[in-house]
Parts: sequence; structure tokens; C-alpha cells
Amino acid sequence: MAKTILEVRELTTKYVTRFREDVYAVDHVSLSIEEGKSLGIAGESGCGKSTLALSLMGYYFPPLHYMSGDSIVDGKNLSGMSPDDVRKNVLGSDVAYIPQAAMNALNPIRKIGAFIEDVIRAHDPARSRQDIRDMARKRFEELHLPQEALDKHAVELSGGMKQRVVIAVSTILSPKVLIADEPSSALDVTSQKVVIRMLKEMMEKGFIKSMIFITHELPLLYNVTDDIMVMYAGQIVERGSAKEMVFDPVHPYSRGLMRSILVPEDGTRANKLIAIPGTPPNLKKPPAGCRFAPRCRYAMPECQFNAYPIRDFAPGRSWRCARTPEHLKEVYAREDG
Amino acid sequence: MKMDNAKDQNTVTLDRRRDISQNPLCLSGKGVTRVFGTGRRQMTAVDHVDFEFRKGELVSIVGESGSGKTTLSRMLLGLLSTSDGEIWFEGKPRDISTRAKKRQYWKNIQAIFQDPFSSFNVFHKIDDVLLDCIRMTGGRDLPKEKKTELMTQACSFVNLKFEELTNKYPFELSGGQMQRLMIARIFLLKPRILLADEPTSMIDACSRATILDMLLNLRDEIGMTVIFITHDIGLAYYISDTVYIMEHGKFVEHGSADEVILSPKAPYTKRLISDVPKIHEAWDLSTVEG
Repeated sequence: MAKTILEVRELTTKYVTRFREDVYAVDHVSLSIEEGKSLGIAGESGCGKSTLALSLMGYYFPPLHYMSGDSIVDGKNLSGMSPDDVRKNVLGSDVAYIPQAAMNALNPIRKIGAFIEDVIRAHDPARSRQDIRDMARKRFEELHLPQEALDKHAVELSGGMKQRVVIAVSTILSPKVLIADEPSSALDVTSQKVVIRMLKEMMEKGFIKSMIFITHELPLLYNVTDDIMVMYAGQIVERGSAKEMVFDPVHPYSRGLMRSILVPEDGTRANKLIAIPGTPPNLKKPPAGCRFAPRCRYAMPECQFNAYPIRDFAPGRSWRCARTPEHLKEVYAREDG
Repeated sequence: MKMDNAKDQNTVTLDRRRDISQNPLCLSGKGVTRVFGTGRRQMTAVDHVDFEFRKGELVSIVGESGSGKTTLSRMLLGLLSTSDGEIWFEGKPRDISTRAKKRQYWKNIQAIFQDPFSSFNVFHKIDDVLLDCIRMTGGRDLPKEKKTELMTQACSFVNLKFEELTNKYPFELSGGQMQRLMIARIFLLKPRILLADEPTSMIDACSRATILDMLLNLRDEIGMTVIFITHDIGLAYYISDTVYIMEHGKFVEHGSADEVILSPKAPYTKRLISDVPKIHEAWDLSTVEG
């Protein structure tokens, strides 16, 4: 069995608002990723995807607070560490994080090479400049990035190139986990493809050991990650392999998401596009029972009061619903005719 | 019973047999060009494009960033003058030479923009936004109850509840709700042409389905022409009757959605389609430069 790189157990974190209200944005989330694997997280805006990313790095800043649970990267528990500790000892070396607007994070008056120096020096102050230069050149060459970029400023690079450079800089120390939060949503399709190819190459060459990819673009997740996990209102509602999740989703919410996929392929034009009615609940006062119940077409009266835990129904697949996977699949088959 | 209702409301069946080739022309252009700058810094953003949009047609203009889509849309809206070429509106050359004529033209063409957060005046309440539309369509002297009824009807068309929105400001809504409110405006204004410039690119895939659903309903309801500007070729394929592909300011290909997307001829269209991740076909990552 492959080695588990990241293990998250019952992680719960909350935001505290100005009015001292608690918002549980990540609610008892458990997941694990093995070496060489990638996990995709899908869900609507505001369902806790990005908060989960921050929480599992142990990087808590008010208004985000840690409540309970563990996040273990290669034997090191990140939960409960101070933000300073996380920055010095975890970010870059154990976990690398690429936020949504990463390409705009480059300081415009510094050269790309200087950022790499910063990252390496933060973990190893004694490194010589020449050493760092050599390391950067080698990594850029391996990733097919032009070495001249090291002596350029951010404004001289195109959007796609900037994004690739940011990824290369943040993974220069070969972290164990890379968390990519919508790394390609601001790019056009061609640049997106280049970024994705680079991420895949980094996995193959072992520059990163595992990856978490967050996006709401399902066709992209399907092509990039091994497994997909669907989040709704701070909870995981379903998990399975990418193929199973796209072609055979079980949870009504996952099915709703999969039915919103638009791809330029024969047949998709005739398909009915089905939107999920309503909006995600306000997490200040989440529904007492199943959180999806108010929007669910298959909800039973008891769903409003009973919350169901997430449980396995097949190897590598879990779901959170009152109805059994067999029953749901039967209903879906009937609907599809 | 509730389940059936939800199902009906959220099922979109597109009538693909619609024949719009006999419909009268709504907006057309010949040799439409826009040049920015002069001398060495001269740049042609839109380069002699010809188009014919018919009444009730749903047209998509697809291209990457920098291909000139937005410049073209600004010219269609009359926000930017053309450097060359002519635009016809309903069979007559479009005349927007004076402010009054421009205002008259804008009663016929309306737009939904990419960023819902900057589409609204933050100082105006939602009621004002909708009341403005009623005034613009000649409903200034209607009794208050009638106005409220119209606003309620417009909001319920886009699945919003007017009672929950009244007295609120636009920034209190989510991006998807704001975009739906924009559609409610269009419902009240009933323009002949709607120009939608990337209306779904800033909202997530799930709300996107709702927005598209509503746009299609609205098109059927008031029979307007919809010009959809997007970089998402999957979306263009799903929604449109006709697709125009734009590269470096020129239309490299146009035709019915099936023709253009399923058997593309121009190399640019082929590349664009191969760069989009798909689910039934393999996504070949090796075909990209850089």
C-alpha cells in the first residue's frame, strides 16, 4: 500500500464574524491522500473549498479559527501550530499553496530570481547565492520554463507564464503536498492547458508528492485529478474516483453539479442542462438536518431534522444521504429514461 | 407534487429545430473596423468584419482574450464609434449621431456585463434599479401597486423574491443573484437585442446553468435577439444557434453551432476546441506550445 502523505481527521474550523457569530466553514472533514495521487475538490462558491485549503495547512488567521481535529502531513501534525511556525517550517517545504490570484502576488519591483532566493533562505538561511541560482536554473530547465525569466520582472511576463513561474517558485523546495486553488480560472484555455501540463509533469518528476486541486470546473478536475470530492456547506457529501464521480454520481448535489457540465462534444447540445434550485444555506444558521435538504428534489420529510454521517458504500467511495446509493441510482436511471 | 414542480422549472429543453434563416434581419454589419492609436502604435482591434444577426437568433461570438470581442460589442452597443464600415439596425443604417437618437437606440439594445459587482450603482436600492426600467418603458404614471406588481413579476421570472429584495442594496446580494437581477431588468425593458458579454464567467458552474436557463426563457418570452460574447466554447455550443469564431479582430469561421464545433474548418477553431478539457474524449496535453 502506498504511503499516506496527507491525513485529515475530523477537522473543524470556524470564522468569527464582527458580531461574534460562529460560522463553521469546515465541519468535521476527514480525508487522506496517498503518495503520487491527486485529489480534486468541487463545489459551489461559498461551500468551504478555499477555507478547507487554509485549514489543512494549519494557517489560521483571524477571523478563521481552529476548533478541533488533526491535519497530518507525513507524520507532522499541523493543527494547533502557530501561524509563524507554519510559515517557517511548513509552507514551502511540506505544503505549498497557490491561491486564486497567485499571479498578481508577485512584487512588481523585484525580479523572479529574488523570490526564489526568499523562499529558500526562509528555510535555509546559510545557502549561498550561487547555490540558489543553480538550483533555480536547474528547476526552470526541468519544467521547460525559460531561464531568462529569472532575471525579469513580473510585468514582463504574460499571464500564463506568470502563473507557471509562481507555481515553480512555490514548489522549489519540493513540498509533499501542493494545494492549487483555482490555479487556471483567470487564464484562457490555451494557457490553462500549459499550466495543467506543468502540474502533471511536476507530479511525474516527483517535485511534488501529492496535489489537491480546487475548482468548480468539473471537466478540468476530471482530466487532472485521480479522485474527486464534492463539498457542500462545509461538509463532504461524496467522494470517489474522477470517472465514477462524473459518470456515476450518487449524492443528489453531486449529480446536480455534474449536470451543469458544458463541453464542446457531440450530444451535449441535446442534453438537458439542469440547475440546482435555490442557494447554499447561510452557515451562521445551517439547516438542522441534512444541509442540502431544502434544495433537494429527493428529500424526505425526515431529512429536515436528521443529519446523516458520511459513510463508505464501495472501496474508495463514500456518500452522505438518507437514501441508499442503489435507490438513488435507480431513481436517476428512471429519470434519464 | 413539490418535486414535480422543481423538476419542471429546472429542465431546459432546447428546440433545436428552430429555423431562423427566414426571420428578418435585426442587426447586421459590413466591413466593421476599429483602429486604436496612430502611426507606429496603430492597432486594429476589429478588422473588417461582416455579420448578420436575425430576429430571435442566439448568436455567440467566441474568441480568446485580446481577439477583439469586447471592442466589437462596444461598437454594437454604440459606446464606441466605428473607424470604418457600417452597422444596420432592422434594415436601416443605424443612426446614433445625436444624444436623443442614441437614447432611442438604447431602448432597443441592452447589455449584461461580465462583472455583476460593478454593474450596479451602489448608492441605489434594488427598487430604484427596477423602477428606473419601468419609467424608461413609459410606466412613470402607473399607480404604485401596479409598479410593485411589475417588479414582483420580473423578480419571480428569475426566481428571486421581490419581498426579500425590496429596500436592499445590490451589494447585499451574491454574484449569481445580481446577474439574475440584471436579467429581471431586461425582462422589464423588453429590448429587441440583448448583448451578453461573458455574463457567466465570474459565477460558478452551478449558477451558470440557472443564468443560461433564464436567458433562454427570456429569449422565448419576448423573442429578442441575443448576442452572447464568450471565451467558453462549450457554453457557446450549448446555447447558440449560430457561432462566430474571432481571432485577431477577424471572424475566421461562422455557421450553425453543430457545423462549427463538430466539424471545424479553421485551424484556430480546431486549436480552441482541442484546448478545452472534455469528458468523453481524451484531453491531449502534448499538443500545446510553450
